[in-house]
Amino acid sequence: MSKIDLKVNGRSLSVESEPATPLLYILRNEVGLEGPKFGCGLGQCGACTVLINGAAVRSCITPVSAVKGEITTLEGLAPQGKLHPLQQAWIDEQVPQCGFCQNGQILNAKVLLDKTPHPTNAQIRQAMNDTLCRCMSYYRVQTAIKRASKAMAAGSPVAEEGVVA
Amino acid sequence: MSIRNSVPQQVEDVLALHRRGFLKSAGLLMASLGSWATEAAAQSATTSQGPGPYPILDFRQVDSWIVIHENNTATFYVGKTDPGQGTGTGFRQLMSDELDIAFDKTTCIMGSTDITVDQIGSGGSTAMERDSWPMRRVAAEARRVLLEMASTRLGVPVDQLTVNNAVITAKSDASKRVSYGELIAGKKFHVTLTGDSIYTVTGKAKTKTVPELKYTGQSLQRDDIPAKVDGTLKWGTGVKLPGMVHARNVKPPYACAKLAAIDESSVKSLPGFIKVINKGNYVAVVCEREEQAIRAARQLKTTWEKPATAPFPTSEKLFDYMRTAPSASPRPSAPAVVGNPDGAFSAAAKTIEAEYEIPFQGHTALGGAHALADPSNGQMTIYSNDMKTYGMRRCVATFLGMPADRVRVVYMAGPQGFGRSAAEDAACEAAWIARDLGRPVRMQWMRDEETAWDTKSPAFFVKMRGALDAAGRLSGYDYLARSCDLNHVGYNEPDTVLIAQLMGARRANPAAGSAAMPSDMYAIPNRKMVGEVVGLPALWETPLRTGNLRDPNGPQATFATESFIDEAAAAAQADPLEFRLNLLQAATGDDSGFRRARSIAVLKAAAKAYGWEPRPSPVRRGTGNILTGRGIAYTFRGLTMVAQIAEVEVNRQTGHVWAKRLVCAHDCGLVVNPDGLRYTVECGALYGLSRALHEEVRFNTEKVTSVDWFSHPTLRHADTPDRIDVVQVNGDPNPNRPDLPPYGAGEAVLKPMLAAIGNAIFDATGVRIRRVPFRPDRVLAALKAAKV
Repeated sequence: MSKIDLKVNGRSLSVESEPATPLLYILRNEVGLEGPKFGCGLGQCGACTVLINGAAVRSCITPVSAVKGEITTLEGLAPQGKLHPLQQAWIDEQVPQCGFCQNGQILNAKVLLDKTPHPTNAQIRQAMNDTLCRCMSYYRVQTAIKRASKAMAAGSPVAEEGVVA
Repeated sequence: MSIRNSVPQQVEDVLALHRRGFLKSAGLLMASLGSWATEAAAQSATTSQGPGPYPILDFRQVDSWIVIHENNTATFYVGKTDPGQGTGTGFRQLMSDELDIAFDKTTCIMGSTDITVDQIGSGGSTAMERDSWPMRRVAAEARRVLLEMASTRLGVPVDQLTVNNAVITAKSDASKRVSYGELIAGKKFHVTLTGDSIYTVTGKAKTKTVPELKYTGQSLQRDDIPAKVDGTLKWGTGVKLPGMVHARNVKPPYACAKLAAIDESSVKSLPGFIKVINKGNYVAVVCEREEQAIRAARQLKTTWEKPATAPFPTSEKLFDYMRTAPSASPRPSAPAVVGNPDGAFSAAAKTIEAEYEIPFQGHTALGGAHALADPSNGQMTIYSNDMKTYGMRRCVATFLGMPADRVRVVYMAGPQGFGRSAAEDAACEAAWIARDLGRPVRMQWMRDEETAWDTKSPAFFVKMRGALDAAGRLSGYDYLARSCDLNHVGYNEPDTVLIAQLMGARRANPAAGSAAMPSDMYAIPNRKMVGEVVGLPALWETPLRTGNLRDPNGPQATFATESFIDEAAAAAQADPLEFRLNLLQAATGDDSGFRRARSIAVLKAAAKAYGWEPRPSPVRRGTGNILTGRGIAYTFRGLTMVAQIAEVEVNRQTGHVWAKRLVCAHDCGLVVNPDGLRYTVECGALYGLSRALHEEVRFNTEKVTSVDWFSHPTLRHADTPDRIDVVQVNGDPNPNRPDLPPYGAGEAVLKPMLAAIGNAIFDATGVRIRRVPFRPDRVLAALKAAKV
């Protein structure tokens, strides 16, 4: 075991870990975050996605000792309780079914929009293609990405249709 | 209270209840972690056999279902689970309407066995159709009782009172008013309901008619979604308890393998190592930390003996096997015969025959089976996403030989399993190990074991024959379905769960599944239909064990029947929509659910939304690389009617198929939440598409070789259609029925999709492919063989 320093969602902390331990287990079990999920442990499905310095990384195959930079998880997207436009779009479009994959869907969508603020359908499909959903929320995810893209261009989340309660 | 705030609160409520129970019953939080394990084990061993802490709730008590709070809000407790279709929000809509309380003043708690009545949980798309009714009747009864209480309090006869948003007011004097909270908060209803079962339980009050429902029918946002997107939701995979440890299974490397030796020294010196668990062929390792358990399970040296004979054929030879295997149906039934099929065939102007093959398809949930078991103080608490928690409670109790009132299951969110999360393995494993160690144990299946060893949807071989008369009408029809479904694992069965099989504690004989009959309303006057179950050579301790996967037999049977109707239409050179409508309209009788009229309605609605132009299939083939076609299919599930139209592009160079557009016309009676239904239908349609294009379990004669997302592929973003239209055709032929009931939604929609895609590929290319999934290599080979 060695002491490893991390910066997670703006907070500096240190954890005890073997250097080779995948970042996912450290975030879930030592830091106590539930955004990143264990889906495959193989880097195939995207459920474990986190951002490191703004890039999407599969935390299930990333040794914790290899992390150089600031980690952002789903919990860190809304730091002051104000939802990221993508999260708001996810609610407006009622995207999730079970929701288990949505951590990966939202974070990969963020990386896409950061690079390509107005993606075409083809760009969305290509950028998101390795982020799997077994409830098959793909159509809703893509609709929400387009909605968030518009909202971010307008500078604020698009408020449409009254929400009861 | 807002919807946004209500979700974490719901979860918190459940967890708070747990924590209170935990502290009260065990006092373990005060124990140091060092001495924790021994103390817990000692407590566990010395517990007396008094009444357990978790008796079953009485469904005949209004108080089991509804609690009204001082601030005039209500909590509904229902015995259902919501794996992700938004049923919990729907229950709130219906119960708010019946109770006459504002929707946003309510919350709904589901599925935890010690605080909610046993409504089984979820499954079979029964949420609204069957299980919303007792909730509605109880809410209506609570309203009636509150009105009586208000009548006494205000001195005004009940018929002179009115209710609005949980406030009761005298019609003639608005100053005479009292809220539900003022009447009952802090007290109990103490009202006993009547009825022999959870399905018939009722009070004296009548439920409202459809026009009286206010929230029902509105597209209210789902209350579970905000916490799923802001990261605040507590998942079953994330529960932490003091002193908990992590377990991983070591699966047999071959089906039916026998454990010869374990070399514990191979892991003993690993950091965090606690124990190797072994009984019979069941092997697991336990470590302090999760990553340590994963490493130890991989590193443990075990020696296994292969079985003397092959447990199954290869996946390539499966259908040769299924064609000739003897029928193993435990109760062989006589063929279902209508009219005179032999006569129809001997008088036929034209006869067509076809054979269809649908392989095993895995549940392959995005997250593997998992559970956390807490054995403190002689009880057992399981944290799980089991969709049928009440069954899991009984299963774990029986498996461990514990009284059921010492076992509870706390229902938590988890990855959608479509049946797998009730034919579940991790809870018994975690509980077994937890009792052994006297510490809370979390079990998690890894990707390779989940994909290889989860329950499978049965493979089907279907042989069909049709007689066309001189006018091109389908006058006779033979249907023989063989389903490879002899070792069907039921829900939460303590003697078929995998650990019981591996330990040698299984039942003697497997419970056979079934081979479904067609579900259509076609007026085909002469039919012969047979369904048979066949078994693989090995039935136990094999990863090829079958279980219910979202509409367990429907997609397979309907791939055959609705492909075949298309083949008959093509043979008659008829438009496939018109051919179906003619078959439906050839009779005029209908059943009490208006299934004939509603079949016609969904087909017409789908055709209208798509812009269907009548012509026979196939279309005149294009000359470019991309061939475009359309396909239609229809069926029903119970009383829910579905018609699907798919437009596909087939790449003749690569064999790649893309469904560019889908139209789904869907009639499930009363719609509780239109947007919620629409999105569930969208996702269900894409799930059907995934099974049409990608999903297939592969195996050699020793083991399943599908172990990850490449070897058991799934639909991806790139496969998503440009456009999906969902047409809600609800309630036809009488859309304004005040008694219109809700039927099931969710499973029906995927049932016709395999055939719709196959029919569209035929339309585009002129090539009929009778084997799913339509993977590029398979499609390309078929196109080449036909010189397309």
